[in-house]
Amino acid sequence: MNAVTAVPTPSVLHGRGAAPPVWANDLDSLMEAYRQAGGDPEAIRQANVATLVVSGSQVLMAHDIAGLRFEAEELPQGVKARIIVAPGVTIERLVHLCFGLLPAQGRQEIIASYEIGAGAKVAFLAHCTFPNAVQVEHVMDADIHVGAGATMKYTESHYHGENGGIRVIPKTRVDVGENGRFHTTFSLSHGRVGYMAIDYELDVAAGGVAELTTKVYGHADDDVHVREVVRLNGRDARGLTKTRVAVRDRAHSAIHTVTEGNAAGAVGHMDCTEIVRDQAEAQNMPIVLVRNDEARVTHEAAIGSVSKKELETLMSRGLDEDEAVDVIIRGMFN
Amino acid sequence: MNTQPLLEVQNLSLNRDGRAILQNVNLRVYPGQVHALLGINGSGKSSLAYALMGCAGYQPDSGRIWFDGQEITGLPIDERARLGLTLAWQEPARFEGLPVGSYLSLGMDRPHDAALSKTDRERVQAALAAVNMPAKTYLRRSVDATLSGGERKRIELAAVYAMRPRLAILDEPDSGIDTLSLDDIRALLRRMAQNGTAVLLITHRDEMAAAADMASIMCLGTILFTGETTAAQAFYRNGCQPHLAALGEQPWNGVIQPIKELAR
Repeated sequence: MNAVTAVPTPSVLHGRGAAPPVWANDLDSLMEAYRQAGGDPEAIRQANVATLVVSGSQVLMAHDIAGLRFEAEELPQGVKARIIVAPGVTIERLVHLCFGLLPAQGRQEIIASYEIGAGAKVAFLAHCTFPNAVQVEHVMDADIHVGAGATMKYTESHYHGENGGIRVIPKTRVDVGENGRFHTTFSLSHGRVGYMAIDYELDVAAGGVAELTTKVYGHADDDVHVREVVRLNGRDARGLTKTRVAVRDRAHSAIHTVTEGNAAGAVGHMDCTEIVRDQAEAQNMPIVLVRNDEARVTHEAAIGSVSKKELETLMSRGLDEDEAVDVIIRGMFN
Repeated sequence: MNTQPLLEVQNLSLNRDGRAILQNVNLRVYPGQVHALLGINGSGKSSLAYALMGCAGYQPDSGRIWFDGQEITGLPIDERARLGLTLAWQEPARFEGLPVGSYLSLGMDRPHDAALSKTDRERVQAALAAVNMPAKTYLRRSVDATLSGGERKRIELAAVYAMRPRLAILDEPDSGIDTLSLDDIRALLRRMAQNGTAVLLITHRDEMAAAADMASIMCLGTILFTGETTAAQAFYRNGCQPHLAALGEQPWNGVIQPIKELAR
């Protein structure tokens, strides 16, 4: 295992006239894939932006800034990383994380732990890109601790290429401390999904807030599984899961959300919309579990085709049915 | 006036769930004309609008619809729209995550997923200004439940205005609007007509018809009267007498009193 800390970018090296290192091609290719997936490579290369870039089992960049530290170790098939934010620190700029695998075949395993110190504030923008995947497996096992009074925002965008030959299995355990806040948004709306099984479990302490938003667009024979469990354990803890899934062709989705109201004043809500087209299939299994008579958990789910009224409104502006559905689904994913 | 109608409806009848919704409707709207369609709630005005637009469940059982000399009775909604016919819905739909700017540009003659050009943006901003909505405040907001019903209604009018159709059917544009006055709506109608858009204005308020060149009165799924606006307003205020009385007591009985009350 090699411990890796800050690594200069290839563009910096190129600028100095030095010969590019072996990994530079990987970084440039990954940055190109990152750009195609909607990321901004220039943002990553700024000195005051904390960045972690992992390609396969290589850490290409791990750029610390004041108050935020990466500890990354390369494993035979992936990377183990700790992301540590010091207590009380506010990280002003988005922290960029980029995980990817460029070859058509392979496995990447990421073991990550996020430690957000009490009172800290930080926002992450993570991109996972597998642009050439034909037979790829990406496994993520993450533990997140949001300290008391801390705020963590985590926005994750995936691009799995156009082949569908990928299995993505992210598992995340989150522990939100007293009055802490955790907001996460996962989106995969361009290209194929392949097989994906998102598994989130959150425990929220008194006064804490957890919000999970998941947006996935599956087609062909994509297979989407989402499991989200929110346990509102502390007094006045709040939780929201918002799931937006569209499936068409022969794709399949199964959304399983659980919210537990385990303490007085806990308030939870699950909101799921799934749009089904063609021969696709969508399942939704919300479970409400309340163990305290002063807790309240609600859920709403709508599964079916696009609303007739929305469709006809857009068609009355001249869009054909496919274009109208596309506008509705893209909007849902905004 | 141009003698060739832009829209011509001939003997249109529509039944739903075994009930006659439209009965032998005949209507002509001419290019550049504002034509009011007056009638109380439940008289069939919105059903006629949906039938004209080609909405699912509103395919006529008999009769024909012509648009600019082409029969459109069997055309789907989007093909009618591409010919230049559109509808501002009485209760506009909500679109999660769709920004107002994008929504307004959908009907403009451009690829719906392309970035807006400077000219497109100016057209969208002008449409918002036409319904008294500051572009800075609304362009990036979503056309969803975070907007009030009145705001969505004005955005619906702006979307039709931005589209610049040849014929706009406006279904009760005066209902549920919070800050636009009747004068504002009437001015908007006239501006649309000046820009070359004919308007079929659906309303139950006879004072709205003041902006129209012609008006028709609709009752129990049929058109009772078509003529100059002032004559139509007088007819409507008079409870559609003497036509309704001449038609007998049944089934018009329940309709006459509400019209009279409305006209008071």
